[in-house]
Amino acid sequence: MAADELRIRIAVNDDRRELDVAVHHTLLDVLRDRLGLTGTKECCAEGECGACTVLLDGRAVNSCLILAVEADGREVTTIEGLADGDRLSRLQAAFLERGAVQCGFCIPGMVMSAHYLLSHTPHPDAAEIREGLSGNLCRCGGYNQICSAVALAASTADAEAGE
Amino acid sequence: MTDADRRPAPAASEPDGHPRAGRSEAIAGSLPEHHERPSTAAESPIGRSITRSGGVERATGSQPYVADLHLDGTLHARLVHLDVARARIRSIDPSAALAVPGVRLVVTADDLPDPMPRFGPGYADRPLLATGETKYHGEPVAVVVADTVDAADEAARLVRVEAEPMPAVLTIEQALDPSSPLVREPELRDPDDPLRASNTLAEWRFGWGDVDAAVADRVIENVYTAAATTHFAIEPHAFMAAPDRDGVAIWSTIQHPYVLQRLVAATLDLPVAKVRVFAPDPGGAFGGKQHAKYEPLLALLALRLGHPVRLVLTLEETFQAVRGPTFGIHIRSGFRSDGTIAFQDIESNGLLGAYADIGHRVVSKSSYLACGPYRTPDARIHVRALLSHTPPATALRGFGSPQMAWAFESQMDEAARTLGLDRLEIRLRNLARRGEEIVRGAGDTPADGEWAQAVRKAAAWIGWDAPRPAGHGRGLAVGIKSSATTGASYAIVRLLHDGSATVLAGTSDMGQGARTLLAQIAAQELGTSVDRVAVVMGDTATAPYDMQTSASRSTVFMGTAVQRACADVRARLAELASTTYGIPLPDVEVLPGTVRLPDRRLTFVELMADAFGPMLGEVIGSGSRRGAYLADHPLGGHAAFYEFSCTASEVAVDPETGEVRLLRHVTVSDVGRALNPTQVAMQDEGAAMMGLGQTLMEHLVFDADSGRIENLGALDYRIPTTKDVPLEMASLVVENEDGPGPYGSKGTGESGLLSTAPAVASAITDATGVVLRDLPLTPERIWRALRDRRP
Repeated sequence: MAADELRIRIAVNDDRRELDVAVHHTLLDVLRDRLGLTGTKECCAEGECGACTVLLDGRAVNSCLILAVEADGREVTTIEGLADGDRLSRLQAAFLERGAVQCGFCIPGMVMSAHYLLSHTPHPDAAEIREGLSGNLCRCGGYNQICSAVALAASTADAEAGE
Repeated sequence: MTDADRRPAPAASEPDGHPRAGRSEAIAGSLPEHHERPSTAAESPIGRSITRSGGVERATGSQPYVADLHLDGTLHARLVHLDVARARIRSIDPSAALAVPGVRLVVTADDLPDPMPRFGPGYADRPLLATGETKYHGEPVAVVVADTVDAADEAARLVRVEAEPMPAVLTIEQALDPSSPLVREPELRDPDDPLRASNTLAEWRFGWGDVDAAVADRVIENVYTAAATTHFAIEPHAFMAAPDRDGVAIWSTIQHPYVLQRLVAATLDLPVAKVRVFAPDPGGAFGGKQHAKYEPLLALLALRLGHPVRLVLTLEETFQAVRGPTFGIHIRSGFRSDGTIAFQDIESNGLLGAYADIGHRVVSKSSYLACGPYRTPDARIHVRALLSHTPPATALRGFGSPQMAWAFESQMDEAARTLGLDRLEIRLRNLARRGEEIVRGAGDTPADGEWAQAVRKAAAWIGWDAPRPAGHGRGLAVGIKSSATTGASYAIVRLLHDGSATVLAGTSDMGQGARTLLAQIAAQELGTSVDRVAVVMGDTATAPYDMQTSASRSTVFMGTAVQRACADVRARLAELASTTYGIPLPDVEVLPGTVRLPDRRLTFVELMADAFGPMLGEVIGSGSRRGAYLADHPLGGHAAFYEFSCTASEVAVDPETGEVRLLRHVTVSDVGRALNPTQVAMQDEGAAMMGLGQTLMEHLVFDADSGRIENLGALDYRIPTTKDVPLEMASLVVENEDGPGPYGSKGTGESGLLSTAPAVASAITDATGVVLRDLPLTPERIWRALRDRRP
């Protein structure tokens, strides 16, 4: 272990890892460059665009603003952890159904933010969806389709739960 | 029965789908929610909202973008730039940078060939690295290559540059001032160029009739400005180059891989075939990724070091690499008392950056249609592309057309106000009807749609004649853009032995969904399903030549090439059937999916099984579509079609803060035929969102002294978020199957933002009475206008 490295233990998508990471590397750096989880995207690197959104202990965070060492002992979920094999998550399927995916670069972060939103607000109204996704920029401008996808995923969750 | 049900299935005997002149059907009603429409025929993929090809990969994070790619032994590059626009470079000391462990190389202009290689799509003016002086904030003076990103970052900070800041040209006024410093050294310009001792890169004079002799009852004269904005694709630009046997391979976020291939070959003096460009689907482009930026430099570094070299720009560096031009449009419009246009007298100045990129064409092409989609008896249009010490301006969705509409549509509003006419009515009175010239006397494409249908549809959606709630204002405006004036798209379609097909097409799918569209067309023409078609793009060694992905051309140009390649496949299948079964060729008919012989029908698979036997085989077809190049035409050719759209908006303005609330917003685009209605809606709504950003919030702010960009990055340069979406928003289409593309389609993708600004501004004026002529319409500007209006 180099002088500027620390050993961390993290669970990424339920996979427990022990890594020596540079103290200045962000969680995003480690996910993409060390673990090869390139589904998490880098854009602004200052916490404004949301492309790097992952769940840290179940909460949505900008992984560009979290040092990897801060994730020590915690659980990380990335976009790669949402689908069950070939089976898309309800949200992912809704994004496709509603035509919410254009260039796709913002979509992993968008899906993670939406996932977090539905985890704490299973029945969001339109304003709550807009608020919940307002930290994720989409330049293709598919916000209506994205918000519609989140609403669809929420309603299909109800249907599956027999509500 | 819906409009779509009545539409006949495309006839296989008319593979080109050429327009049926003058055909006009009743306009389809508003699309239902989610824009789902019934299919034309039970099996046809055309007109259906097929789910985006590549959607699953994008939704699961497995879609590979350039920055996600990794090659063994890759070295990492980092650019070195100064904190000022223009500075004379006195010395560059790389010693501290070279001392960083893992640093392989620090390259400055002195380490590059002399004379410095320069490149660009129109003018070969951009150096690989700044030489002598920097000309814009962000122009690299050196590049560091190291084993790791960390080492490259650290070393880039340690390159010591002694530089003397110099006065910079930053505005249109400064660029036009003869006493300003010259951005471009005259010796770098054509010795016969009469403008070489000025900051005017090029100028054009368009027009017809005699403006000075034209008679008008009312003359309205104003200056409209539109600030520089940036593309802000969420994927920052990324590049990688690697030695490839006796050539070089490039990976880039580029929109135009074949232009890049040609340019790198020229820069390195390699045969074109020895440069292979991989162009993975970009993560948004919007024009900003059309042309080469740092690929030639990386190619040179990769060959020098014998290793792959990678450069991923930061978002800030991306802002410094691309922007749209700044516009100042002085427009003098004559009207008769009935509201008809008598003349337009326009001076259009577009401020480019230090290097032309494709900015000069943005300015000239958009200004060519500066009179809009109207009947204009007399016109004079004087256009200048000006150089400045700012980042190179390039194509940006709409290619200058939204800025033209900002001027000519705001004039229409002012004419309506001063003449006491309705703002909708004055537009309908002037709008060119199908077949009427909008640019006169040059043989240009006349009006090619029932444009009034789009205007009426937008007016109906917004409830133009309905009473306005207190404090609300409504606006409506039209926009027009000349699509591709030239073009050359080639496609190869391989029909495989199981009846599935591979389409090779050089189009870039940067979010618009070209892969899906081309698969739909191939599936239709071969009588198979979309999920049995694979579309291969993004590799110049595999897919045949495509001039470029721009100007909403791909459905029309590449779509037709694919359609023709499929027709070629069918022709070869007919020959195959004729020889296999010993039947005269005229007795064989091949329709999508079916081979018709005199006594029976076969599937393609059955024919190929009989013809090829156990060794198998495939049938390969090729097709192309080219646009004529007219050397004498100012734009090099006639528009293949026009993108026409109408925007209507309803807003409320907070008088205390100047903030605009977008209540309702609709775009109506004349698309000929929506081959994939969901994708059309995605494109048009997306364009509208970008248009709203450019209208209300976006502008690059340059420090008046240093030329530094003050709002680099996502914190300080705001683009719309979910919270900026109009409360109610719709994207509608007019479909008359009158486009030159497959099945009567036209291109779309830019339509939604062509007239955003004048529509929203018109609504603001309607709500408040104040008139604004400078974009963006920030709360501060609106608040100041409201304050100044008060007695």
